[in-house]
Amino acid sequence: MPIRVLVAKPGLDGHDRGAKVVAKALRDAGMEVIYTGLRQTPGQIVEAAIQEDVDIIGLSCLSGAHMALFPRVLELLRERGAGDVLVTGGGIIPLEDVPKLKKAGIAEVFGPGTTSDEIVAFIRKNVKQRT
Amino acid sequence: MGLAEKVATGDRRAAARLISMIEDGDESVRTELADLHCRGGRAHIVGVTGSPGAGKSTLIHKLALEWRRRGRTVGIIAVDPSSPFTGGALLGDRIRMQELSTDRGVFIRSMSSRGNPGGVAKATADAVRVLDALGMDKVIVETVGAGQSEVAVMDVVHTVLVVVVPGLGDDIQAIKAGILEIGDLFVINKADRDGVEAAQRELEMMLELSSEKGPWTPPIVKTVARTGDGIPELVGKIDEHWEMIRREGLLEESERQRCRREVLELLKHKAVLSLLSEYGPDEFDALIHDVARRKLHPHDAVERIMGDKKRKN
Repeated sequence: MPIRVLVAKPGLDGHDRGAKVVAKALRDAGMEVIYTGLRQTPGQIVEAAIQEDVDIIGLSCLSGAHMALFPRVLELLRERGAGDVLVTGGGIIPLEDVPKLKKAGIAEVFGPGTTSDEIVAFIRKNVKQRT
Repeated sequence: MGLAEKVATGDRRAAARLISMIEDGDESVRTELADLHCRGGRAHIVGVTGSPGAGKSTLIHKLALEWRRRGRTVGIIAVDPSSPFTGGALLGDRIRMQELSTDRGVFIRSMSSRGNPGGVAKATADAVRVLDALGMDKVIVETVGAGQSEVAVMDVVHTVLVVVVPGLGDDIQAIKAGILEIGDLFVINKADRDGVEAAQRELEMMLELSSEKGPWTPPIVKTVARTGDGIPELVGKIDEHWEMIRREGLLEESERQRCRREVLELLKHKAVLSLLSEYGPDEFDALIHDVARRKLHPHDAVERIMGDKKRKN
């Protein structure tokens, strides 16, 4: 069964080149990728993740608001009983924030220079085959 | 509590899970689906088809907003093709439906055809049952109107909208075969562009040629989905079609036809699987090899498979 991924852009920056490149790479790796477009609130992202029943959410943020937005997505997922959905982050994330995000429950942070192969490999390894 | 029961109480996560299991062809949901089928049948199912770029997603977004204004709940199933090479898919219909994304009266699901044209219609029919059970008054099914499989997807709906845009004479040519016959309503979207009159004339002409006279003459509605022009009128016409079907006693007949097609499709699918399961994969490959080397006609290969089955019984 194909892995289902939501690629989402929380916050107000208008740069989704990176998100689109990742979305295409995941599609080419045989996954079903749902892309929701720019400027999504955490509430919109979580609701889309639930309706689409995705295995993983890839958040991309280049505005610097990741410390507020990423944990909020995790919180809402747990509130909706969907805490099992894997969440990763990407974009311009200062290195010192990475441990904090991971502590909050972000499974992995992919900074600039990450290859799409690395992302694909991470997802394949960490998404639990559902029963 | 089973998934079907949870869906009936409005549990959106259960609905989403159930649709995934349907897509995966999971046999363990069969009883749940039977439950949904027997309890369901309330929703009006609307199909929207048309070439890529006709503005289907934007139009559906606006239709859903209009129905929400009128107090209706709306489910949306957007079917997109998967890549024939990797099986992956990029599903982007939600981009154009953002205003709906946190409305609890709306449920949007993107589905990929998973390289299996026959299967997508089957999964769509069951996904529609889930959204019906979730209490959606209107369930919209969106698909690119090219090819047999998309026409098959439209088999599961009560009302078919065919969306065209002006300025592409060939576009209307392309929808002639197959799609024109199944349209209950025609929408000329992007009607602020040049060529609207020509598109309308062409549609009218083809409709006159093809349609048999019944209680319903397919109307042609002009819209500009981006601005919302023509949307209330279109919603009015769609609801009118639904009322007409029920008033004229056509609903039962249409349900019967849809169920007949669905049962036949499932039967074909199962029959093929059961025939092949008794015929070993190696033997099957050998048979195909002979056909490819022109020692055997495909007809005779089929006869051989069916003959072997009879012998074994």
